[in-house]
Amino acid sequence: MSEGKNSKMKKVALFLPFLVFALLAGVFFSQLGKDTQYMPSALIGKTLPDFSLVSLETNEVMNKKDLGEQGFLINFWGTWCPACSFEHDYLMKLASEGIDIVGIDYKDETTAAIKWLDEKGDPYSVVLLDELGNFGIDMGVTGAPETFVVNAEGIVTYRHQGIVNEQVWQEMKGYLK
Amino acid sequence: MISLRFLSIVLLALFSFSVSAEAEKVLNFKSEVDQVRYHDLISELRCPKCQNQNLADSNAQIAIDLRTHVYDMVNDGTSDTEILAYMVARYGEFVLYSPQKKGVNFILWYGPFIILGVGLIGFILVIRRNAKRRKQRTKG
Repeated sequence: MSEGKNSKMKKVALFLPFLVFALLAGVFFSQLGKDTQYMPSALIGKTLPDFSLVSLETNEVMNKKDLGEQGFLINFWGTWCPACSFEHDYLMKLASEGIDIVGIDYKDETTAAIKWLDEKGDPYSVVLLDELGNFGIDMGVTGAPETFVVNAEGIVTYRHQGIVNEQVWQEMKGYLK
Repeated sequence: MISLRFLSIVLLALFSFSVSAEAEKVLNFKSEVDQVRYHDLISELRCPKCQNQNLADSNAQIAIDLRTHVYDMVNDGTSDTEILAYMVARYGEFVLYSPQKKGVNFILWYGPFIILGVGLIGFILVIRRNAKRRKQRTKG
């Protein structure tokens, strides 16, 4: 009576290993070619951590509520960082288009930073000094340059490790709203 | 006499090695427990920059900074769980070399054992069915 049903079940069972194999192959294949250095930021979807940092321009202590109400970028940079110098031109371009960029001078010397901004131009609405790198650690930074997008609600929506260029910006700008 | 000299050379060689390994930096701890905690924590935490090294092994700037933070927190009497939570809040679960066994990680940790269990149950079922069938055949 159930012989026919049983043999059908058996046939399906024979395909089970193949199905498992196909599933695993699919999972592994989808992971191929991904950037192995990519690390998701723990801050995405969370509000910007509070801070009190000294401004390079005014020497006054600033914190979170002193930053723009609209969305802005937070860019970690330093004069010791060669990649930052490559990035700088593109940041100047973004600034000229009216993008609010908050610069964090990360583990740097103030005099060198002032000289750098004098020579290369200043794309930042404000530059805050993070000499010890404590704010960097609060933001989960691993080096420079690193750029975060903070939207109008003050929530961190995107993080990019490395140089911001045209291609990265196209991806990034959607998160600013 | 020769063997004694040999022994002393061997001992000297051994000790000089251990001295050079400890020469990097001397950290002062309030207690030996704190010292053990510090070393456990920095070997348990992963360097976010150089992803296949822990904080203890890495000399990346960020690893040095994070080691200092761990040292400060240990000395301030922060608990291990709080220190790990501090790191996870900033760098994600990625920084833990032995991630928590929750959520997706549950499958990673226990998945193989679950599959093994399912296989074992299947194996037993097949064996029992075959035995039953054999019995029926010998009867009939």
